[in-house]
Amino acid sequence: MGFKSFCFKKSLWVFHFGGASCNNCDIEILDCLTPRYDLERFGILLVGSVRHADVLLVNGSINRRDKDRLLEIYNQASKPVLVVAIGACGCTGGIFAEGNTFAGPVDKIIPVDAYIPGCPPKPEAIIAGIMALVKSK
Amino acid sequence: MAVYLFYFLVFPGLLFAAVTGGLFSWFDRKITAWVQFRKGPPLLQPFYDFFKLLLVKETILPQRGSPMVFLMAPVFAVFGATMSAVFILLPLFNITTGFRGDLLVIFYLLTIPSFSYVLGAVASGNPLAAVGGSREMKLILSYELTFLLVIAGVIGKASQNFDLYSIIQMQQDGGPFIGSISGVLLFIAGIFSLQAKLGLVPFDMAEAETELAEGSFIEYSGPPYALIKLTKYIMLFILPCFLVALLLKGFNLHGINILWAFLKVAGVVLLLTLIRNTNPRIKIRQAISFFMIWMNLIAVVAIVLASFGL
Repeated sequence: MGFKSFCFKKSLWVFHFGGASCNNCDIEILDCLTPRYDLERFGILLVGSVRHADVLLVNGSINRRDKDRLLEIYNQASKPVLVVAIGACGCTGGIFAEGNTFAGPVDKIIPVDAYIPGCPPKPEAIIAGIMALVKSK
Repeated sequence: MAVYLFYFLVFPGLLFAAVTGGLFSWFDRKITAWVQFRKGPPLLQPFYDFFKLLLVKETILPQRGSPMVFLMAPVFAVFGATMSAVFILLPLFNITTGFRGDLLVIFYLLTIPSFSYVLGAVASGNPLAAVGGSREMKLILSYELTFLLVIAGVIGKASQNFDLYSIIQMQQDGGPFIGSISGVLLFIAGIFSLQAKLGLVPFDMAEAETELAEGSFIEYSGPPYALIKLTKYIMLFILPCFLVALLLKGFNLHGINILWAFLKVAGVVLLLTLIRNTNPRIKIRQAISFFMIWMNLIAVVAIVLASFGL
C-alpha cells in the first residue's frame, strides 16, 4: 500500500448530494456525524464545497431535473472522487423505479463505487459500507 | 547565507512551524470532539489531510477569473506565515541574529495570509467566494486596529521598546506583563483579535461552511488548498506564540521549563478552542461593532492604565 493511497484512505472528505429524497436517508447520514457514531475518528469530515470532496454520497431517487445537477456536481469534483449510492432509491430506484419522472438509478448516470441498500440504511450500515469501500481500494 | 536558509526552511521556520502547527491543529480538533462528547480524529490526521490534498487530488482552475493570482495567493499566504514564524520564534528561542524582532515588521507580515485569502477568493470568480472575500476584508479592517492597539499597549508597558528580544528580556527580569490590570485587559483584547485572525468560530463568517459553502476557499482544490491548510496550521501555532511572547513572559528553555513553555502555548490554544466551541457564528456587522467599539475601548483603557503604571 503506497503512501498516497494510505493518506487518501485516512482522510475522506464527504460531500452530500440529496436527490428527490424523502429525507430519511439524509437524516441517517447526519446521524453518522453525531457524537454517537462520530465519523471524524476515521478522518471523515462533511465539507461544504464539492471541490474539496473525496466521496460523493448520493441518496434519493434521481429524477429528470436532478440528473443534470448530479452530472454537473460530479464533473465539478476534483478527481479522484468515490461515489457511494445510499438507500434503496439511490441503489435501484426503489418504489420510484417505474415512475414517470424517474431518470434512472445513480449508476446509470455516474460510475458508483459502493452501494448501501436499505430504506433507510442504519448509520451502522453506512459506516460499514464506507469502511468496506476503503478496505477494497 | 546557509544559516538563514536553515532558519527559514527548517528550524524556527517552515518545517518546525508546520509540524508543530499540525499537532496543535489536531489538539484543537480533539478538544472540539471532547467538548461534543465525541472520540475525535487520530493524532496524525492534519498530516493525512495535507498530504492527501498535496499528492492525490487534482487542481481545478476556475474558468472565469484569474488563474495566476488564484494559484499564487496560497504561495503568498505560506510565505507570509513562514516569515512571521521565523521572526516571532527566533527571539522566543533566544537565537541571536542581526534582526531583533521589530514588532511592526511582524505585524505587517502577520496580515499577509489574510490578504492572500482575499486575493485568492476574488481571483476565483465565484460569487460565493466574492462574498467571503468581502467579509474577510471587513473583518481585517475591524480587528487590525485592535491588534495594533494591543501591540501599542505592550510597547507602552515595555518602556517604548519595539523589539521582541527586549520585551521578552524585560518580562523575564521583572514579572510577566499579564500580572497587572492593563495586562489582563490587553490579553482579553488580544485573544479576540487572535480568534478573528485565525478565522475561528465566532468570526468565521468569511468561510462559513453551511452558509457560503466554505466562502473564500470554495474553488480551491488539490495542492493550492493544501497550502492554505498549511498556512492555517502555521498560524494556529505562531499567533499563540506571539501572544505568549508579548504578555506571558516568552519561553525559558532550561530543563523542565521547556514543558512550561509548551503548556503556555497549549493553554492559549485551549482557550481559543473553548471560545470557538461555545459560541455561534455572528454576523459581520456584529463583528465590526464588537471590535470597533468594545475591544478598542478595552485596549485604549489598558493603554491609559499602563501609562499610569497599573
